[in-house]
Amino acid sequence: MAGYAAAAVALFAAPMFLSDFRLNLLAKFLAFAIVALGLDLIWGYTGILSLGHGIFFGIGAYAMAMYLKLEASGGRLPDFMGWSGLKELPLFWQPFSSFGFAVAMGIVMPALLALFLGFFTFRNRIRGVYFTILTQALVIITTTLLVGQQAFTGGTNGVTGFSKILGASLASPDTKRMLYFVTVLVLIAVFVACRYIVGSRFGKVLRAIRDGENRVRFIGYNPAMYQMVIFTLSAAFAGIAGMLFVLHVGIISPSMMGIVPSIEMVLWVAIGGRGTLIGAAMGAVLLNWAKSEFSTSYPEGWTYFLGAMFVIVVVFLPNGLTGLLGKIKLGKKRRVTKNEPTIEYPAM
Amino acid sequence: MSQPLSILQCNDVTVEFDGFKAIQGMSLTLAKGELRFLIGPNGAGKTTMLDVICGKVRPSTGQVTFNGDIDITRKKEHQIAELGIGRKFQAPSIFPSMTVLENLEIALRQRRGVFATLFARLQAEEQKRMKRQLEMIGLADQEDSRAGGLSHGEKQWLEIGMMLLQEPDILLLDEPVAGMTDKETDKTGELLQEIARERSIVVVEHDMEFVRSFASKVTVMHEGKLLKEGTMEDVQRDDRVAEVYLGKRRDADASRSTA
Repeated sequence: MAGYAAAAVALFAAPMFLSDFRLNLLAKFLAFAIVALGLDLIWGYTGILSLGHGIFFGIGAYAMAMYLKLEASGGRLPDFMGWSGLKELPLFWQPFSSFGFAVAMGIVMPALLALFLGFFTFRNRIRGVYFTILTQALVIITTTLLVGQQAFTGGTNGVTGFSKILGASLASPDTKRMLYFVTVLVLIAVFVACRYIVGSRFGKVLRAIRDGENRVRFIGYNPAMYQMVIFTLSAAFAGIAGMLFVLHVGIISPSMMGIVPSIEMVLWVAIGGRGTLIGAAMGAVLLNWAKSEFSTSYPEGWTYFLGAMFVIVVVFLPNGLTGLLGKIKLGKKRRVTKNEPTIEYPAM
Repeated sequence: MSQPLSILQCNDVTVEFDGFKAIQGMSLTLAKGELRFLIGPNGAGKTTMLDVICGKVRPSTGQVTFNGDIDITRKKEHQIAELGIGRKFQAPSIFPSMTVLENLEIALRQRRGVFATLFARLQAEEQKRMKRQLEMIGLADQEDSRAGGLSHGEKQWLEIGMMLLQEPDILLLDEPVAGMTDKETDKTGELLQEIARERSIVVVEHDMEFVRSFASKVTVMHEGKLLKEGTMEDVQRDDRVAEVYLGKRRDADASRSTA
């Protein structure tokens, strides 16, 4: 408990010690941590690997970007629409001039998409690698759609060129600091929610599904319901993270939510430590911090480093860095439970 | 149609796997509070019969009714489990990464919807029931151990304990003593006697010695059909049974097959 309190204090105190640039980076990483938490619920706790969370993240991001774009355009047609020959704002863009609507959509749309996919897969007992492949297909379909419908979505370039949020300038350090605090608060709220879920009997059923879905069924639970709920919730968290991401970064494009980012998200969780919330959140922050440090000095080296990390974790640290820490602690206390079983996850 | 004292009725059940008839017109009636053994040579369809009852396999023809008038032939596994039919598979299937106590907690008879479990609090009464169960299955001092680290016998008992906390009306057990030491087998036998006082049980068993130690009705299956039903003595005296089954392995120890 003390550790969590210290972490929260550190996050709130960070603006005093970090430059505006660093603070903005940290804010982005904290948004990623929110995705990681959601991904950990579905993968770490329930054992279902989604390689499609970039899409849920991206939809949240686009919802917010649409609001920001309309706010920046001040009643005129967004620039990229004009370039593509549109004469007036498409109908489905119009409600996004409302901030509240955009935020609601940033949560509801990814959740509904996940529910839709979950409904047709989990109920039909499609799982393991097959489910994972379907999530990848979803990524390809969505990004292709976004790129293809340039007039409505900004195509490959995505949506950018924002100026204000609710009247406040996005460029001002005060607004940036405010957005940072909002992100910290949201992260804490999501973390607390995840803690509650994981500690509840619901969370125990999730872990039971991970250990043996069929057995859960013969106890009388309907695993499909649990899988749908947790997948939907996980997607909603990713959507929230996407909205925050756009606010910090100022752009969203299909390449930020495609196959590679979707896989990277899973790596944050894998390396940080699946099956522990703090591991997933820390993994997202640490890896992205390392990425920004490395990639400025060795732009090509990063992907090799990431690949190497992944191999090391898969081969030597099935429970990630948190698992390593836990092992060291246990080793010191000599309190190892006998035959500690390794958790079986679906193959990557 | 329904007989008041029967809790389960399987009428003329046929199961086909790609043209192969695993069960052909099998009927079985289980009385309330009955302990029934289902025996027969390998491939007789015993396990498939349990699969039909618990919903894992859908029969191509025939009907299974529970508690007089509930047709469970087309219900899903979790619905059947909720109605009160518990199934124990041959291999111990507990949740290895969870503790013994956690395993019992999710097995407890309770509302199993998403919202119910999200807001469920462990009641004092539930805790008491779990403690009692832990005593009964002899795992009281291991409640916080990871279930995956238990021995084979302990896993089987944990699973039986989980099933009992589900409070089913019918327990379906598939070779509960397979792979157990003699001592563990004896203990499991005692457990079964105790359980049988309150609920109906169907046990698929290969261990004839084990079956003989219970004075209860035995159903013999052969090639997916009912061959004989009666007490162990009746069954042993039956020529056809001797021919297909006991004749080949009159020696009890030879029949301790784990298949």
